[in-house]
Amino acid sequence: MSNQGANELNTSATPVLEVRNVTKIFPGVVANEDVSLSLHQGEILALLGENGAGKSTLMNIIFGLYHPTHGEILVNGQPVVMKTPRDAIKLGIGMVHQHFQLVPVMTVTDNIMLGDESVKAGMLDRRAVAARIRELSQRYALEVNPDAVIEDLPVGVRQRVEILKALYRNARILILDEPTAVLTPQEIEGLFDVMETLRRQGESIIFITHKLKEVLRIADRIMVLRGGRVVGEADPKRATQQQLASMMVGREVILTVDKGPAQPKEVVLNVQELKATNDLGEPALRGVSFQVRAGEIVGVAGVQGNGQTELVEVITGLRKADAGRIQISGADMTNASPRRITHDGKSSHVPEDRHAYGMVDSYSIADNLVLNQYYLPPFAKAATIQQRAIAEHAKALVEKFDVRTPSIYTHGGSLSGGNQQKMVVAREFSRPIQLLIAAQPTRGIDVGSIEFIHNQIVAKRDEGVAVLLVSAELDEIMALSDRIAVMYKGEIIDIVDRADATREGLGLLMAGVKHEPAQ
Amino acid sequence: MNASSLRRIGQMLLIPILAVFTALVVGALVMWIFGDDPLAAYRGLINGAFGSPRAWSTTIRKMTPLILTGLSVAVAFKAGLFNIGASGQFIIGTVCSVAVGINFAGLPVFIHLPLAMLAGVAGGMLWGFIPGVLKVFTGAHEVIVTIMLNYVASLFAGWTVYAGGTQGQTPGPLWDTAAGPISRTPEVFESARIPWIFGDPYRIHWGVVLALAVALLMWWIIFKTTLGFATRTVGANNKAARYAGINVKWITILTMMIAGGLAGLAGAIETLGLNHRFAPEFTGGVGFDGITVALLGQTNPLGVVLSAFLLGALDAGGARMQFDSGVAADIIQVIQALVLAFVAAPMIIRQLYRLRKPSDQIESTVFSSGWGR
Amino acid sequence: MGKQRYRITSYIIGGTLLGFLAMALLVNTTTLGENVWLRVFFGVSALNFTLRASVPLILGAMSGILCERTGIINIGIEGMMLAGAFAAFVAKTSTNHWPLMNSLLFGVAIALAVGGAMGWLHAVFSIRYRMDQIISGTVLIILAAGISAYLFDRNAVAEGKFGAIPLPGLSQIPVLGEVIFTNPPLTYTTLILVAVIHFALFYTKWGLRSRACGEHPRAADTVGINVNRFRYMNTIIGGMLAGLAGGFLVLEAVGQFQEGMTAGRGFISLAAMIFGNWMPFGAMGAAMLFGYTQALQNELLLAGVTTVPRQFVSMIPYVVTIIAVSGFVGRVRPPAAEGKVYETEGGSE
Repeated sequence: MSNQGANELNTSATPVLEVRNVTKIFPGVVANEDVSLSLHQGEILALLGENGAGKSTLMNIIFGLYHPTHGEILVNGQPVVMKTPRDAIKLGIGMVHQHFQLVPVMTVTDNIMLGDESVKAGMLDRRAVAARIRELSQRYALEVNPDAVIEDLPVGVRQRVEILKALYRNARILILDEPTAVLTPQEIEGLFDVMETLRRQGESIIFITHKLKEVLRIADRIMVLRGGRVVGEADPKRATQQQLASMMVGREVILTVDKGPAQPKEVVLNVQELKATNDLGEPALRGVSFQVRAGEIVGVAGVQGNGQTELVEVITGLRKADAGRIQISGADMTNASPRRITHDGKSSHVPEDRHAYGMVDSYSIADNLVLNQYYLPPFAKAATIQQRAIAEHAKALVEKFDVRTPSIYTHGGSLSGGNQQKMVVAREFSRPIQLLIAAQPTRGIDVGSIEFIHNQIVAKRDEGVAVLLVSAELDEIMALSDRIAVMYKGEIIDIVDRADATREGLGLLMAGVKHEPAQ
Repeated sequence: MNASSLRRIGQMLLIPILAVFTALVVGALVMWIFGDDPLAAYRGLINGAFGSPRAWSTTIRKMTPLILTGLSVAVAFKAGLFNIGASGQFIIGTVCSVAVGINFAGLPVFIHLPLAMLAGVAGGMLWGFIPGVLKVFTGAHEVIVTIMLNYVASLFAGWTVYAGGTQGQTPGPLWDTAAGPISRTPEVFESARIPWIFGDPYRIHWGVVLALAVALLMWWIIFKTTLGFATRTVGANNKAARYAGINVKWITILTMMIAGGLAGLAGAIETLGLNHRFAPEFTGGVGFDGITVALLGQTNPLGVVLSAFLLGALDAGGARMQFDSGVAADIIQVIQALVLAFVAAPMIIRQLYRLRKPSDQIESTVFSSGWGR
Repeated sequence: MGKQRYRITSYIIGGTLLGFLAMALLVNTTTLGENVWLRVFFGVSALNFTLRASVPLILGAMSGILCERTGIINIGIEGMMLAGAFAAFVAKTSTNHWPLMNSLLFGVAIALAVGGAMGWLHAVFSIRYRMDQIISGTVLIILAAGISAYLFDRNAVAEGKFGAIPLPGLSQIPVLGEVIFTNPPLTYTTLILVAVIHFALFYTKWGLRSRACGEHPRAADTVGINVNRFRYMNTIIGGMLAGLAGGFLVLEAVGQFQEGMTAGRGFISLAAMIFGNWMPFGAMGAAMLFGYTQALQNELLLAGVTTVPRQFVSMIPYVVTIIAVSGFVGRVRPPAAEGKVYETEGGSE
């Protein structure tokens, strides 16, 4: 292994962190079973696994948020007991969470010192902390302005703040939980540079991800988790994506979606010069125009927060358009009510945030399956709800879309994420439609459900439905789309045919760099 | 299916029953600590509530407005709204119904009485409409607005019956000129009174039947109609309701109006059936009690009837308790607060009696999402 | 954008305030004071009344700020205030034979303690037993009303209350000296507390951590801050402040206890807190505005200059509250994690 660490005290044989036979049982679920791993100084260990494989549980154990049911953890060869994150921090463990743990309304300085404040004469010594941050950001090439307020910063910079937060606490072991999920390909390269700098300075890193390419690119060693257990180790120099994928999932996986060429017909969705603002009143859409034809999938790619969410909300009637026009099959739907767009526009919407929008946790599956059709026959007659029709509808859909549940009267909120999404998909895909708007349709769900939903989307396209797919996963966009629109700062910076699209090209577009065709 | 729905009903009743029991025990403890005799107090309480036909009639009489104010709060809960304003709506309902009841002499009873009741409902609806509209269009939290409107309502009602000041201030429009310096309205005409089912000394009027019918109607609307589905969806998940094409703004305003109308009806029934006039001391305490009634009834209209009966009995027994045992009737309010605490935090009851949480239960009523929109 | 609007708003408020001050000086030192209407609006008595009416509102708003900044909605201020008032009254009446100052200070101490106990109860309900925080507040209100009515000895009389202590020198300043520097001790305490709370919230470790708990409790938790401990602590302190507000009513303003004497002040405090954007000085300003409406009500009735029935005049503070809440809620920004139960990830074990 690479042992460039200048201030190395241990012999390279003693791992800086060792997990021995850790088992974690939650009521009814074994999240980790007999997991062991070791991390050496100056090493980047990749922990690979799909959603629900137990990666996060394991990391939360190492960071003192959970306590193992069995097994032990050693830091620098010494067994340790961590009751809270504070203990982990004291032992030099730092974590960069997937969802940044930063207070949006506070400054970088306040966020970094939170919990480890410098105090002078009873007052916070903000000046000293800021100086320390400047010093650290210079040493590790993590540029950031200590006085900036977090909510004004782009995602990539917030991530740097998270890393600085760990370094400020003298972390020698860094856990990065899905750090690339929110970054453009170029920002990911930037992050990898930072990780290499950190490695050179003797930091040890655990890199959690489900993205195969990244693992092969940066890791020194790879461990694969599945169903809470370690299913194998791999050497990035020799392993292939295909091998890692089947280790991760436990069977052969088809990494591409099987679909024929699109046969686009008439324009269904026509968006012209659309403008809208976000929740804070800032412009989120600055004149967006595009069309989706029947029988094609148009994918919208882009780094999160560039207006995709607002675009979908405006098209589906959940957010007001300030200017511009939306037509569905020629009918004007600008600022129409969600019901009119769903009903008259014959459209379906798989919302980005299924918990917030797509379902009611406290409702039964049966009620959730008629959430936006409850007022229509046969579910309602003369303004009264027809329980029997709703139940029959639910039974048929649960069967057809393979929603795993004890009963159609089970609360929607008690289903697993994948089954909840299948429930939403079942509702949205099961009625006659001409337009499908799917936002992040596979976020946070297992591979089996992802394959199922992908196939359903392609099936809809082949039935002649116009599909607008919004996803933060570039792989998903590339696998499903016939045309790809890239959003950057509230505009569609370019629309390319799938055949002409490359990862690198899209990555540049996502970063706002438009390459001229002449080049 | 049948056995499980029975078990479900059993589970629904378990927490409220234990909550009431625990509140009575803690109430006894409080009395004991402050040197009162809880056993004598509770004996008086039971006597006053159920000890005789007269006692029963008092309980039923007290229950009637509580059903309606309880429904008022419960219906709002269903849409995720917290109506602390039932007492103000009650007062406005009272004033409006009296205004009709003391005017229009000579109308036949089948016109005058419904008109007076509708006036009460309309007044309550207006008093619910204001917080509804303000919430929808400005984001003002209904809790603060309804509370402020309670004060405005009592001041307004006070003005309508104001006997005038010594410095020549004009008396209020509903003031009984025959009452001299006393601030109150005249009695409503015979034609605007709700007839007795049992006259003196029991004094039970048909309003109780109406209240029960309204509870049934509310149950049907909430659980069996599309409007109810929409309302419950708005309450359970506001965003999902918008997504589902439900007009959340309209449902919010409508629900506040219905809630206000129910409390207004309570005021109308109480006046036209029982008091036959309004005076400032008839305040909307039953409106505040509606919160306890609604939560004890698990925000289910049929549960509300049961809990209104229980709280009605507490109210009815209070006077006799004070007379028999010398314990201040105000202890009833303490017990009610305890009941509210225990039903609102079932965890306390579960811990106390070592009950397990039903596996698929999802806590639903949450209002505290801040003061913003 | 938001910041610019904030600045404009503060200019407007500051300008109005200066104009008001100028008017107050003119009316009370020149012949302008002969105009009855101007006296109603700007007279020393109106200003004195404003301050007196504002003190409980300011304390209530501070109580709200402390709780809500850590993420606990406190609608129970009304109940905490009432409990504090009743406790102060009981403490005072049972120590009537003590030297006046001792007896009064004892009353203050008991008001603080009972208020703190109410805060603790609110915290236990809403944190430990996950009761909806608005309902928990409602429970406190009903409980306080019930217990104070149950235990209230209607024959008891509190003898004496806090008197004004003119600050040497400062009290000689025309108008200001009379209004601000000639007050009883709890009023001074309140004004000082606002500054202290502002400083503590924004310049100390405790404040930084408290605010983090209210904005993003998970972030606070991951750096080792015990979120619920902060919530308990601040809710208890908040309860104490509300209790002090009650103590003020009995020991400094009225001198006696009446059932339901808080008369909605707790709720108006909440409105002041929202109006003031959860900032101590902002809330103080708002509380003074509400206090001013009460003073105006009082002065209008005393001066007898209007034939509007007194009931409508008395509505002013409540109506102003509704208008303020309606007009400002969309423009202020409450703490993000307010009202939400926080559980650590390992907390369910």
